[in-house]
Amino acid sequence: MKIIKEAVAGTLESSDLLVKVAPGLPNRLDIHIRSEVIRQFGARIRSVIDETLGQLDVTEGDITIEDKGALDCAIRARVQTAVLRAAGNPPIDWETM
Amino acid sequence: MKLRRSMLFMPGANAGMLSTAFVFKPDSIMFDLEDAVTLREKDAARILVFHALQHPLYRDIETVVRINPLDTPFGLDDLQAAVRGGAHIVRLPKTDTADDVRQLVAEIERIEHTCGRAVGSTQVMAAIESASGVVNAVAIATASPRMMGIALAGFDYVMDMQTERGDGTELFYARCAVLHAARVAKIDAFDVVYPDVNDDVGFLKEVDLIRRLGFNGKSLINPRQIELLHNAYAPTEEDVDHARRVVAAADKAARDGLGVIALNGKMIDAPIVNHARRVIASAQASGVRR
Repeated sequence: MKIIKEAVAGTLESSDLLVKVAPGLPNRLDIHIRSEVIRQFGARIRSVIDETLGQLDVTEGDITIEDKGALDCAIRARVQTAVLRAAGNPPIDWETM
Repeated sequence: MKLRRSMLFMPGANAGMLSTAFVFKPDSIMFDLEDAVTLREKDAARILVFHALQHPLYRDIETVVRINPLDTPFGLDDLQAAVRGGAHIVRLPKTDTADDVRQLVAEIERIEHTCGRAVGSTQVMAAIESASGVVNAVAIATASPRMMGIALAGFDYVMDMQTERGDGTELFYARCAVLHAARVAKIDAFDVVYPDVNDDVGFLKEVDLIRRLGFNGKSLINPRQIELLHNAYAPTEEDVDHARRVVAAADKAARDGLGVIALNGKMIDAPIVNHARRVIASAQASGVRR
């Protein structure tokens, strides 16, 4: 999925996260994560984000995540929402969700 | 016996609430994609609910998704999220006719086939929010074997009737019509939300009324109302004692081969015995009223 514009999803409320997605440099996927629980769950958060972006076939872009202790399901949902918005809201392929 | 006293609304776009709602232990939790979600967050809520439904936190609780009406740009996408996410029940708002239910069921069946979910495993409930819906309640309640319940939604209904919420008189006919439709169809009936979350006295007065009318339960907008509601629906110690005596007398009569049952000189017939068994089951499930 191609990132064609800047988009945001989520909030900075507790148990949520804010995801910002923007077009990046060619052939680069940059992911920046800030989290209140990075020490305990940093690897898990990164793994969920990588997996979610992989399922959406996102290979280029600049992804910034500010996590406020969200569950895996919220991380997955917010990343997908931000990417879909940044890709111009194409019809959802539910098999990739 | 599946109790459905409390059906708690949770705004579908709120990740914090979706992460904690299960701790309140309502009988059913309803993820709302309709009125509680702004137009710009419809997409986010749909995806969030899709994933929340699959989280182990919600494995042991009945899940309901209130979708947007199918004639809006959001309804069919909401339905994809609900059915594919594994919701037990889809709640259709603004149900005016049996055809509304049949259209919903056809779309659900199509999605079940596509995603590999067992066909028929998604149940549906209809929310009645207009005079047309009330008048067509029996046809709506009996429109599909997937129907598990019918709910009255007070706000839109009183608007349609050109009145306003008051002491309950304005809802009396609709409550009775919806309830009778549910009983004809052998499905559950749910009453309106009580909007003033700080008025426990008014809430309990309304709960007492709808419990005596025969409603299975109520839609709720605040977790604080769950315990009040469950306690009000629990049978009293006296009710349970009486029910045990009725069942014991019925069992003894069956053992003795007697067709006529009597307790303390009063005749007891089958409906009374069935009611007594329900009281005992209810006490086992929810305890005794405090």
